[in-house]
Amino acid sequence: MATDLTQDSTTSDAALGEINKYDFITPSHDVFKAEKGLNAGIVAQISEMKNEPAWMREFRLESFKIFESKPMPNWGGDIGIDFQDIYYYLKPTNEQGRTWDDVPQEIKDTFDKLGIPEAEKKYLAGVKAQFESEVVYGSLQEDLGKKGVIFTDTDTAVREHPELLREYFGKIIPPSDNKFAALNSAVWSGGSFIYVPPGVKIEFPLQAYFRINAEQMGQFERTMIIVDEGAEVHYVEGCTAPMYTTESLHSAVVEIMVKKNGRCRYTTIQNWANNIYNLVTKRAMAYENSLMEWIDGNLGSRLTMKYPAVYLMEPGARGEILSIAFSSKGQHQDAGAKVVHCAPHTKSRIISKSISKNGGRSSYRGLCKVEDGAVGSKSNVVCDALILDSDSRSDTYPYIEVEEQDVQVEHEASVSRIGEEQLFYLMSRGLTEAEASSMIVSGFIEPLIKELPMEYAVEMNRLIELQMEGSVG
Amino acid sequence: MTDTLKISDLHVAVEGKPILRGVNLTIRRGETHALMGPNGSGKSTLGNAIMGHPGYEVTGGTIALNDGNVLEWDASERARAGIFMAFQRPMAIPGVKMADFLRHATTNVRNPDRKEGEELIPMRQFRKELTENMEQLRMDVEFARRYVNDGFSGGEMKRAEILQMAMLRPKFAILDETDSGLDVDAVKLASESIAQIGSDAGGGEKMGILIITHHDKLLDRNAPDFTHVMLGGRIVETGGIELARELYTDGYDRIRAAYPEAAAAEESMTETATV
Ligand SMILES: Nc1ncnc2c1ncn2[C@@H]1O[C@H](COP(=O)(O)OP(=O)(O)O)[C@@H](O)[C@H]1O
Ligand SMILES: [Mg+2]
Repeated sequence: MATDLTQDSTTSDAALGEINKYDFITPSHDVFKAEKGLNAGIVAQISEMKNEPAWMREFRLESFKIFESKPMPNWGGDIGIDFQDIYYYLKPTNEQGRTWDDVPQEIKDTFDKLGIPEAEKKYLAGVKAQFESEVVYGSLQEDLGKKGVIFTDTDTAVREHPELLREYFGKIIPPSDNKFAALNSAVWSGGSFIYVPPGVKIEFPLQAYFRINAEQMGQFERTMIIVDEGAEVHYVEGCTAPMYTTESLHSAVVEIMVKKNGRCRYTTIQNWANNIYNLVTKRAMAYENSLMEWIDGNLGSRLTMKYPAVYLMEPGARGEILSIAFSSKGQHQDAGAKVVHCAPHTKSRIISKSISKNGGRSSYRGLCKVEDGAVGSKSNVVCDALILDSDSRSDTYPYIEVEEQDVQVEHEASVSRIGEEQLFYLMSRGLTEAEASSMIVSGFIEPLIKELPMEYAVEMNRLIELQMEGSVG
Repeated sequence: MTDTLKISDLHVAVEGKPILRGVNLTIRRGETHALMGPNGSGKSTLGNAIMGHPGYEVTGGTIALNDGNVLEWDASERARAGIFMAFQRPMAIPGVKMADFLRHATTNVRNPDRKEGEELIPMRQFRKELTENMEQLRMDVEFARRYVNDGFSGGEMKRAEILQMAMLRPKFAILDETDSGLDVDAVKLASESIAQIGSDAGGGEKMGILIITHHDKLLDRNAPDFTHVMLGGRIVETGGIELARELYTDGYDRIRAAYPEAAAAEESMTETATV
C-alpha cells in the first residue's frame, strides 16, 4: 500500500540529530476522515461520529466559538499554522494502516538504537492501531479495577463515567484559557482518563500503552486525572521514540485534580518530528497537603509551547515542575512552568534545564504568582541553559508577581556555553571532543534524569547521546 | 629505544601575548625532572602547551614524542599517546560521576584506536582497579560516585588528579603543583603515591615525570635527575637535585641576577599580567 514519506528539507544536514530528520508519514487507509478544515459543521460531525451526549456537543460548539474569537498568542514562537489545512478527526480504524515492511529502514534502525521492544516498535511506527496491551496488561487492569481505579480513554469515560468526568471537564482549563485550549475543547479525541479512589496508592507508573481499547494517541488528546483524598498515582505519557503524526499540529489539554493529601506525578518525554507544532496546555489543582509533580522532557518539534501549571489551592499544597528541553536546528522550545500560590504555607519548586545546539533555540518562560494572603509560602525557581555553539540561542523570561509580604521567593538563572576548559579537561584524559561534549551535556541534565523512572532515564540518556552524535567538529 | 619527549625552542602565546620564549627540554622515560621558577614564569603554560590546551597557541618550535609530531594532535590524541598532566586547577564537571568519567578515559587511553560507541573496559575489572588505587590513596569509595571535581576541597582535587594518573598509567606525567593546598601528611602520601605510580607505567616500565613545585616535600620520594629553573618564559638553568635544594631554601635572587635578560622579561610579563 502506498506510504508517502516526506522528508524535511533539513535532512541533508548530517549534523542534525538522528531522530528528528524523519518527517511525517501519510497513511492512505482511513475508514473515515472528516473533511479538511474547521467549521461548526465539522465540530458537530465529530461529536456525532462519537455518539456523544448533548452536553459534550454543546461544549464543543461553544469552545469552537471561543476559538474563533481568540487571537493567536503574540508571544512564544512563530506559529505558522493554516487551520484550514488540517484534518481534525480521523476515525480510528481496526485495519492496519500500513505494514512493517512499509516502515523506512532508517526508522527501524532508530528503534533498534533505542532498544525499543518489538511489539512497541510496531505500535510506534503506526503499524498497529494500538499496542497489544490486552495480553500483557490484562491482569494489571483487573487488579486496578478491583481497587476501584478507572483507567480508560477519555471518549469511553464520556460514555461510562459522565458524572465523574463532568465535574471537572473544562473546569480546570476552561476553553477560554487560550486559543489552543479552545481548539482542543472543540475537536478533542482520545487521551487518558484516570480516577484513583480515596487512599488507593498505585505502586507502578501507569502508561498510556496499558490502556485497553484506547484510541490511538492523537493530535488533540484530552487527558484528565482525578486523584482523590490520600490517593497516589504516577502517570507516564509518551515515550522517547520519535513520534509520528499525520498532521503538523499537536495540541493537547491535560487537566489534573489532586485532592487533600493526594499525590500525583505526571511524566512526559516526547520527541517530535521536525514539522510539528506542539502547543499543549497542562494544569493541575492541588488541595490541602497534596503534592503535584510535572516532569517534562521535550525534544524535537518545530515549535513547542508548554508551561505545565500548578495552582496551590489550600494550605500545605506543594507543586514541583522539572523540565528538560533540547532544541536543534530548526527547532524552538518555548517551555517553562507556572505556579500560583493561592493559600498560606504552600510550596513550589521549578527546575528547568535547556540545551541548544546547531542553531536551535530554547526559551524558559515561567510565572510564579503569590496571591495576597498566601502567607508563609515558598517558591524556588532554578533555570539553567546550556548552549553548545554560537549559532544557538537561549532566552529566559521569568515573571514573578508577589502580592504578599511574608513569603520567600527565589529565582536563579544561568546560561552557559559549553566551556573550552571543561572540554579540554575531559579530552586531556583521552575522551574525544564528541564524547566530552556528550558527557558534559549528560552531566548538565543529570539532576533531572535522576527523577525519572529507571527505564525512562536510560532511554532519555540514549536519546540525548543520539542527538549529540556528530554535533561537534 | 627509550621513549623521549622532546621540546625544542618552544614559543607559546596566550591571548596574543607571548609567554614562553624558546623553551628546550628533553625528558626520557624513567627520568624525573623538577621544574621550578617564580610565579608567573610560565611553568603551567609549558604544561598546558604540552597537553594541547587550545588557549595556548604555539607560535614557534616543536614538541616531539619519539617520531611523532605532538603539535598535530589534539588533547585527546596526546592523552592516548601517553601524555598526562595533573592540573594546578582542575575543572569541575557537574553531574558527571568520577567513576563514569574514569571508566571512559581509562578505556580510551588503554585502547587508543577505540572507536566511539565501542565497548568500555569490563565493569568488574575497572571497579577492582579503581578500588585498589583509591585505597592506596586513602580515598573513600564514595568518592567514585561524586561529580568530577564538583565541590571538592583543594586536597581532594589533587588526590583525584593522582588517582587519574594511577588509572591512566601514562608514559609521561606532568604534575603541576600537585602538592599545593595539601597538609603535611597529605603531601607525604602524595609523594609516596607518585613515586609508586611513576615506577610502573605498565609492563614494568617507568614513567618520565615532570614535577612543577615550590617545595621539597614532593621531591623527597621523587629525587629529580634534573632540576630546571624557569624565568621569564625560558629555562635559564639546569642542574641536579642540589639546584632544587638551593632554590627552595634561598629563592630566586641569584637566578635573577645571573640572567638579567630573563628577569627583564619576567618583569614585563608580570606588569601586563597585573593590569
Ligand atoms: N589562561 C590564561 N589566560 C591568561 N593569561 C594566562 C593564562 N595562563 C597563563 N597566563 C599568563 O601567562 C603567564 C605565565 O603564567 P603561568 O604559566 O600560569 O605561570 P606559573 O605556572 O609559572 O606560575 C602569566 O603572566 C599569566 O598571567
Ligand atoms: Mg602555575
